[in-house]
Amino acid sequence: MGMTMTQKILAAHAGLESVEAGQLIEAKLDVVMANDITGPMALPILKQMSDTVFDKDKVVFVPDHFTPNKDIKSAENSKAIREFAKEQGLKWYFEQGKSGVEHAILPEAGVVAAGECIIGADSHTCTYGALGAFSTGVGTTDIATGMATGELWFKVPSAIKFVLTGKPGPYVSGKDVIIHIIGKIGVDGALYKSMEFTGDGIANLSMDDRFTMANMAIEAGAKNGIFPVDEKTEAYLKEHTTKEYKVYEADADAQYDEVVEINLAEVRPTVAFPHLPGNAKTIDEIEAMEPIKIDQVVIGSCTNGRMEDMRKAAAILKGHTVHPDVRVMVVPATQKIYKQCIKEGLLDIFVDAGCAVNTPSCGPCMGGHMGVMAAGEKCVSTTNRNFVGRMGHVDSLIYLASPEVAAASAIAGCIANPEKVGDR
Amino acid sequence: MKALGHVFKYGDNVDTDVIIPARYLNSFDAQELASHAMVDIDPDFVKKVQPGDLIVANKNFGCGSSREHAPLCLKTAGVSCVIAETFARIFYRNAINIGLPIIECPEAARGIEAGDEVEVDFDSGKIYNRTKGTEFQGQPFPEFMQKLIAAGGLVKYTNSKK
Ligand code: SF4
Repeated sequence: MGMTMTQKILAAHAGLESVEAGQLIEAKLDVVMANDITGPMALPILKQMSDTVFDKDKVVFVPDHFTPNKDIKSAENSKAIREFAKEQGLKWYFEQGKSGVEHAILPEAGVVAAGECIIGADSHTCTYGALGAFSTGVGTTDIATGMATGELWFKVPSAIKFVLTGKPGPYVSGKDVIIHIIGKIGVDGALYKSMEFTGDGIANLSMDDRFTMANMAIEAGAKNGIFPVDEKTEAYLKEHTTKEYKVYEADADAQYDEVVEINLAEVRPTVAFPHLPGNAKTIDEIEAMEPIKIDQVVIGSCTNGRMEDMRKAAAILKGHTVHPDVRVMVVPATQKIYKQCIKEGLLDIFVDAGCAVNTPSCGPCMGGHMGVMAAGEKCVSTTNRNFVGRMGHVDSLIYLASPEVAAASAIAGCIANPEKVGDR
Repeated sequence: MKALGHVFKYGDNVDTDVIIPARYLNSFDAQELASHAMVDIDPDFVKKVQPGDLIVANKNFGCGSSREHAPLCLKTAGVSCVIAETFARIFYRNAINIGLPIIECPEAARGIEAGDEVEVDFDSGKIYNRTKGTEFQGQPFPEFMQKLIAAGGLVKYTNSKK
């Protein structure tokens, strides 16, 4: 029986000729990553199994959630992984000032590549599926085991195939497409499954679009999201990594639980309303409603803090000022992106418009620090989760949107259509 | 092995941000985490929960972040078992890895109400609602996971392979 792309990668890493959905396997790992929340908790568990990591080139730590550290406890946590990385001589440890959000920095620094089997103790580890890798989020005990042994058990997932056709409109990006998809299938629509994206519409999606889409596969409950490797992927890999990579393709007779067709040309700017990423409404539906006044806008995160996102937000904000009732935070996802924003004059645009520009980190995304919201406040955010209390008070509200919708809303003071920002 | 206690009942998509909000994740001390369990969905939970109590929920319990702090804080708060229609996959793995028993059973999720006294037999997967006198059959674990649980979690299983 034919295998999906994910199943082929898993079979290869389990040393098996073939695997099928539901089978429990133990697979070899190419990259094992943890951050400043999950990493410190994993160290004592790791020590119960081994004094050293299985491979110092494959174990990665990224302090990004509470960094620059917000309090003494988080400083102690960062210190623990910093010292461990030094003591073990790890190749990949990303210190503040050379770092950024884990899921942006790993592809950018060439740590991850196509065809690999990757785990991270962070649910959005599924992001690297954009590069044609199998990549999934796990918890602390799993990551400690992965770090100690270089292997982990997996249940082979079945898959939903998403056939993308057409070309997205001018103000539509990967974020709108993925919110549209989650709206369609629901936040548990792909529970335990792979989301495999195929179709000639993929050629019309940039790598940054694909990272955004794979990033949010978990918001549909998926184990992973994965894109085929095409010319754009290979160009990206050549630019960013020296690793040898392997290209896998799904078999022609692979079995899928479901096939969902999406015409990208029909996707509208789409916003996820509180409190679920699947609560999707198009900009046209929103325009037909009473204006939704907002207090805060966040442009950044592992979902939409990449270069293209910065450029799109800046293109909307250029020559405008932020609405007086709105606070805007722009957080470039990595130091390199931050630098590029300076070079291209985007920081000037953001600061002139009245945005606060923060240092690369998770920032306000999960309400840990920076940009925490008070009761009753509303935020348009380019992040990936709008759960109750995610960004602060349980009575605050988060609307998930693309950088362009977020920027347009920052100017208007309410959720706004980027197509109508007016002459610049 | 058995669980016996009263039920806290929740709906669909209980996410890890409400089970243990990020503002408490600067610690991984189990007791401290337990003192904030469920705070953003049920502020009274910590005050009311007794050792042995159960959580029963609908679809996709534990969705969201990969924080193992979530099953850990529930286990430490005294929760003996979580029954749900379905679980989010990372929560499912984490619960097994740290030894918090969880059972998928849509019928039980529908047939049990808040405050019911419920008994669970982990060997047979049988769920008995003492208050209502009804019984449900939960999904038994696949063999590999039973091995993991019998070994006492993933760490002990890994060490036993050496
Ligand atoms: S940016 Fe947000 S979603 Fe992404 S890794 Fe950081 S906290 Fe998680």
